[in-house]
Amino acid sequence: MLGNIKHIARKEIYHILRDPRSLVIVFAMPVMMTFLYGFAVNLDIERITLAIIDYDQTPSSRALVDDFYNSTYFDRPDKEIDSWNPEEALKAQDAAGVLTIRHGFGEALERGDEFALGLMIDGSDNLLGAAVNAYSNGVLLKFLQDRLPPDFELPGITISQQVLYNPDLKSSHFFVPAIVAIILIMISALLTSVTIAREKETGTMEQLLVAPVLPREILIGKILPYIVIAFIDGMLVLLFAKLVFGVPIVGSLFVLAIFTMVYVATSLSIGILISSLVQTQQVAMMFALVTTLLPSIMLSGFIFPIKNMPTVLQVISHIVPARYFIDATRGILLKGTGFVLLLPQLGALLALMLVLLVVAGKKFKARIG
Amino acid sequence: MTPVVELDNLTRRFGSFTAVDSISLTVDEGEIFGFLGANGAGKTTAIRMLCGLLLPSAGTGRVAGFDVLTESEKIKKSIGYMSQKFSLYPDLTGRENMHFYGAAYGLTTSRVKERIGALSDRLDLGSFIDRRSGSLPIGWRQRLALSVSLLHEPKILFLDEPTGGVDPVFRRRFWNILYQLASEGVTIFVTTHYMDEAEYCGRISIMHRGRIIVRGEPARLVREHGSDSLEDLFIDLIKERDINAR
Repeated sequence: MLGNIKHIARKEIYHILRDPRSLVIVFAMPVMMTFLYGFAVNLDIERITLAIIDYDQTPSSRALVDDFYNSTYFDRPDKEIDSWNPEEALKAQDAAGVLTIRHGFGEALERGDEFALGLMIDGSDNLLGAAVNAYSNGVLLKFLQDRLPPDFELPGITISQQVLYNPDLKSSHFFVPAIVAIILIMISALLTSVTIAREKETGTMEQLLVAPVLPREILIGKILPYIVIAFIDGMLVLLFAKLVFGVPIVGSLFVLAIFTMVYVATSLSIGILISSLVQTQQVAMMFALVTTLLPSIMLSGFIFPIKNMPTVLQVISHIVPARYFIDATRGILLKGTGFVLLLPQLGALLALMLVLLVVAGKKFKARIG
Repeated sequence: MTPVVELDNLTRRFGSFTAVDSISLTVDEGEIFGFLGANGAGKTTAIRMLCGLLLPSAGTGRVAGFDVLTESEKIKKSIGYMSQKFSLYPDLTGRENMHFYGAAYGLTTSRVKERIGALSDRLDLGSFIDRRSGSLPIGWRQRLALSVSLLHEPKILFLDEPTGGVDPVFRRRFWNILYQLASEGVTIFVTTHYMDEAEYCGRISIMHRGRIIVRGEPARLVREHGSDSLEDLFIDLIKERDINAR
């Protein structure tokens, strides 16, 4: 049994090393995809174009304008804004907002009078609109604080806000673990889905089944080398995420490694199951993509919180491996969650893997028809 | 003579289509048995059942003394199989293929090395054995495939159109090797389209639409039917059947 598994595994390694295409899938694709997705899926809003119309034209108003544009949040529009028709700027998408400083701003500031600035926001992109509003208030508050005497206290109650774990609220820190999960499950399932289908296509499976080899030996022998490869891949992608996106690794590297290993093994099992069901490589690849990509994006909590889904989808999300891996990696990377707290996720992944492999073993018979 | 292949009303259906329709035959030890028939006659399906790759729908069969229904794992150890499609790994060299399949048959590495030495002498594989098998000319591929199927010294060899697409010189050498093997007591069960090859066989059977329509020694069959050659016999028989079927 072990001897056969060893030889099947070794033969698989030859196949991988001698096929440049599989090497590309294995090593170039994950890194490329992390790079692309990491940058594409960026929800941090910076450098918003904001038009400012200054009717006041006092040193104070000019200082405020400078404060706005010197912050990282706002940029000047490329085009001159028609101050009589500021709305046109929003319609033409030359700016996401228009701030109007009416005459009397400087005077009001010196006297401490109440004064309102006008802010016109493009609400068609609600995220961007909210950002313009929040950032503008922030810049204004800072501007006022700088001009108050040191002993002067802001009256009233203020909310002290503190953000834990992702202090900059960087979306990349939140997304990258999920992207790692999606890339790994896709690559892993693709890799194994074609291995058995390829042998069916070329006829080598027939030759192999005429030999006294057990189906489970073939399955295990085929999956083993890929566990190693996909694990290296996982580590590579995580390292890349750290270097390029600055995702912190707060928790234990060892726990992270265990999770990555179990997760890729589960993903490879999906590919093995697909491969034992279909006859051609093309169909196998299609199935591998469909069964991994979409559920991992939609049902894993990557973009949509699982709690807000309809009950049916919540139930289905339990068989999506990415869900558990994303949970675990977000915990390990950002919060330093320990092994014990993540045991349910680990157990779920192992259970899924076991079910997949048993079904694959049942479906993959030592016969061809 | 002891029969090493015995089939009794062996049948295989795929849905409503009967690919092999209750065939019965026996093949003796050391015999070269030719299994003839037009494309789609059911030869490959029959061979696959004998090798344990397909389960029969009805009937029984014994190969090397083991039941095809229940003892296919034991059958696998005593037979060699070469399919009509080249079925070695093209990205592995001949030697690597042999090591892999040798291990699959449970041979030790040193035993595989011994066998590779013996077979490469016998089949004259020479330096071709260290080239990637996918890059070999078809004649060499077939010889390599034959040597892989002989690694574990099987008692019975099932060859499904082993010489398809191979030139006449190669075919002749291939058959010389088969003769040698048969003289050593290896039973050879071979399907072919080439009538000259059929004449080399000790006995033949001709299959048509899943049934065996004649069987016997090639020369006697030609004589009994008053045909000029085996080829004429083959064509006449199949025409006759097709007309009767209408």
